[in-house]
Amino acid sequence: MSDRILVSTRKGLFILARQAGEWRVLHAALSGAPMTAALSDPRAGVLYAAANHGHFGAKFYRSEDGGASFQELACPAFAKSEDGSGPSLFQIWCLEAGASPGTVWAGCIPDGLFRSDDRGESWRLIQPLWDRPERARAFGGSYDHPGIHSFLIDPRNPRHLIAAISCGGVWASEDEGESWEMRTDGLKAAYMPPEQDEDGAVQDPHRVSACAAAPDRLWMQHHNGVFMSRDAGRRWLRIEPPISGFGFAVAAHPADPETAWFAPSKSDEHRFPEEGRFCITRTRDGGRSFAVLETGLPRPAYDLVYRHGLDVDASGDQLALASTTGGLWTSRDGGERWQALSVRLPPVSAIRFA
Amino acid sequence: MGSMPTLSFATRLRAVAPPDGTRVQGESVRAALEAVFASHPMLRGYVLDDQGALRKHVAIFVDGIRLQGTEALRAPTREASEIHVLQALSGG
Repeated sequence: MSDRILVSTRKGLFILARQAGEWRVLHAALSGAPMTAALSDPRAGVLYAAANHGHFGAKFYRSEDGGASFQELACPAFAKSEDGSGPSLFQIWCLEAGASPGTVWAGCIPDGLFRSDDRGESWRLIQPLWDRPERARAFGGSYDHPGIHSFLIDPRNPRHLIAAISCGGVWASEDEGESWEMRTDGLKAAYMPPEQDEDGAVQDPHRVSACAAAPDRLWMQHHNGVFMSRDAGRRWLRIEPPISGFGFAVAAHPADPETAWFAPSKSDEHRFPEEGRFCITRTRDGGRSFAVLETGLPRPAYDLVYRHGLDVDASGDQLALASTTGGLWTSRDGGERWQALSVRLPPVSAIRFA
Repeated sequence: MGSMPTLSFATRLRAVAPPDGTRVQGESVRAALEAVFASHPMLRGYVLDDQGALRKHVAIFVDGIRLQGTEALRAPTREASEIHVLQALSGG
C-alpha cells in the first residue's frame, strides 16, 4: 500500500507520510499557495505541483527531494496573439505522468492540453484538440472558462488518450493527440434547452476515472448523474446510485472493472451531503447495486468533496478522501471503515496517493 | 536623458522581484517593467498574463495614482517617478 499522500490545499501542498501506522504531515510545502494539482513521478525522481495564485496567475513547480523544496519552472502558456485578444492560462487543473519518465501532461483552464517532455522545463499546447470547432460551444463550470480536469493515458497503448472537459464533453485520441474525436453518446445535460441536451460539446463530466487493468472501463460523475462505459467512452450508460446522482469525485478500482467509488452530494444548489449524511458509495457489480460507506465518517457533516478529492491506491484497498472544509480520511479496506487524519487542513482541492 | 523611475513590488513578490525595489531606465511603465523583467524573468508571469496584459488583480500606482489595465502599462514616467506594483484587494 502507498505510504505517501499529496494533498493540494488552499494554503499549500501537504505531503503526508504513514509512519508507525499513523498518517502525519511530512512536509508543508509551498506554504500559503493555493494549490490546484500535484503529481509524483518516481521514474523521473520528481514531484510536480501547480498553484493558482489568483492575483499573480497560475504557477508550476518541481521538487527533486521528495517535496522538501520546490523550484518554480515555466508554466504552460498560450501563444500571444497579434492584437492581444488571445487566451491566458488561468489554472492547471490536472497533472498526469506520460509514458516516458520525462513526460508530463497538464490539463488546464481555459481548456488547453499541454505536454512537456523535459520534466516540466518547457510546454507545448496540443493544438489539434484546441482547434476542434466544437470547442466554441463549450463553457465554464464554476469558472469563467471550460477546463480539462481528467486526462487518461491507456497503459496498454500510450498513444490512446482521453481528456474530459467541464463543460465541453469527453475527447479521445488514438494517435497521441494528433487527432481527436468526441465520445459523449449517452450523456444528457439537464442544464441545456431540451433540444440541445445531448450535444456532446456542452456535456459536463465532473470527473472521469479508468480501471488501470481494464482501461476501456470508464466511470464518470457527470453534473446530471453517474455514467459508466465499457468501450472507452464510445457509449455511456446511466447508473442510478442510491443517495444522489450529483457529486464531483469518482475513483475506479485499479484491478476490478466492476468496482468504483463516488462521493455523493445534494444537487444542485446545495452542494453538501443530503441531511448531513457524509458518505461514500461503492459499487462492486458494475453499477447494478451500491453500498453506502460511512463508518468512521462524521455525521452530521456538511463537507463537500471536490472532483480530485477522492483517490484509491494501486492496491485497490486503500482510499483517501478530503473535503473543502479541510477534513481528510483514509480507509484500508475499500471504504468499509474510515480513519480521520488528526490534523485539520485548509480547504482541499486535490488528493492523491504518491 | 531618459526617465529613471523607481519600482517597488509587493512583499508577496519578494521571491521573484528585486526585494528592495530598483531604479531602471524606462519612458513608460511597460518599458520600466520590461527592464526589470530582463534581470528577473520569472516576475513577468506574475504581473502580466499570456497576452502581455496587466493581470486583473495587480494594482499599479504611478506617483500615487492608481492606473488600470492598458492605461497603466502605457503611462509615461517622469525622471523621478515612483511606481508601486501591488496586489489589489479586489483579488481576495
